[in-house]
Amino acid sequence: MIFFQLFYTFLIIGAFTFGGGYSMIALIQGEVVGHWGWMTAQEFTDLLAVSQMTPGPVGINTATYAGYTAVVNAGYPAWAGVCGSLLASLAVIIIPVTLVMLVGSWLLSHKEEPRVATLMKVVRLAVVGLIAAAALGLVGVESFGSVGLNKQFIVSVAIFAAVFIFSWRYKKSPILLIVASGLVGLIVYSI
Amino acid sequence: MQPKYCDIFWSFLKVGAFTVGGGYAMIPLMQRELVTKHGWMGEEEFMDQVALSQAMPGVFAVNMATMTGYRLRGKGGAAVAIVGNVLVPIVFILLLAMFFRTFRENPIVDRIFMGLRPAVVALIAAPVFTMARNAKVGWSNVWIPVASALLIWLFGVSPIVVVLVAALLGYIYSLITRNS
Repeated sequence: MIFFQLFYTFLIIGAFTFGGGYSMIALIQGEVVGHWGWMTAQEFTDLLAVSQMTPGPVGINTATYAGYTAVVNAGYPAWAGVCGSLLASLAVIIIPVTLVMLVGSWLLSHKEEPRVATLMKVVRLAVVGLIAAAALGLVGVESFGSVGLNKQFIVSVAIFAAVFIFSWRYKKSPILLIVASGLVGLIVYSI
Repeated sequence: MQPKYCDIFWSFLKVGAFTVGGGYAMIPLMQRELVTKHGWMGEEEFMDQVALSQAMPGVFAVNMATMTGYRLRGKGGAAVAIVGNVLVPIVFILLLAMFFRTFRENPIVDRIFMGLRPAVVALIAAPVFTMARNAKVGWSNVWIPVASALLIWLFGVSPIVVVLVAALLGYIYSLITRNS
């Protein structure tokens, strides 16, 4: 049963992801954490940290990890989790891959079609909001600790501000920022 | 001369295995493999493919692999390109997912993740502003991203519904502007 739900959910996620890995994160968060409760919010944040550090497309990495964790969290053994992860990764690419093969060449020659362009413009605007919502959804006790003048909250806000500035303003690589924040966490919370 | 399946596979295997930070980070490496090294397409064709892969739903890198493989060698070409692109990342993530739980309880790992979590939030928040600029967000249309963010975040509306409604609005808008 969970395999069927997993397949169907990731099929839909793949079909409705516009604008790359980050918007897929928003969709996976909505379905896997919000709708189905296959993962906790903290597991999801950990997954994002892991999938930013390993090679490959973020969308595939997130689907693979979410597929495995959903099945194992439902009480199945590890090998079933492996099947779940492969199923989720396959489901997430089926519709886009079919679309690319069917209409890719047609679109390459009609890329200036005004109706398609207007539609995509509005979708792209909504996707900006989608990703903002994903970030807002991650703001919570799991990521920052409880609000107040305690060590974890202050350190977390400082890390957030520093990573935001280095990522947005100075375009530093995510892997560098993740490794640095992990080191900061290790040092600060050990003393 | 037709490109060999194993060349397509190998090119995308390298692209998938050696880029960290998601699909867009793969663009320079793809360009080197597909345009400079193998000459499978021209510079402009490559840029068109990038734009189209972004416009299509799904995972950007997989869309690029599909389009390149399909245009070079048909369905088989698409298949080897996709498998090459995702093979190493999937194995990597699976190993991590399988063993993560066992060392997740470790106090050192716990401290590292306490540092990582706020960083991840910042890494997701930062592209919002870059993407807002690329999507040409201004005073006249800023309500669209704001409304979608609030609907999802405060009212728990599924992002899928938001994308669907946006596409519908876009379609209606394109009909209105065409007739006027």
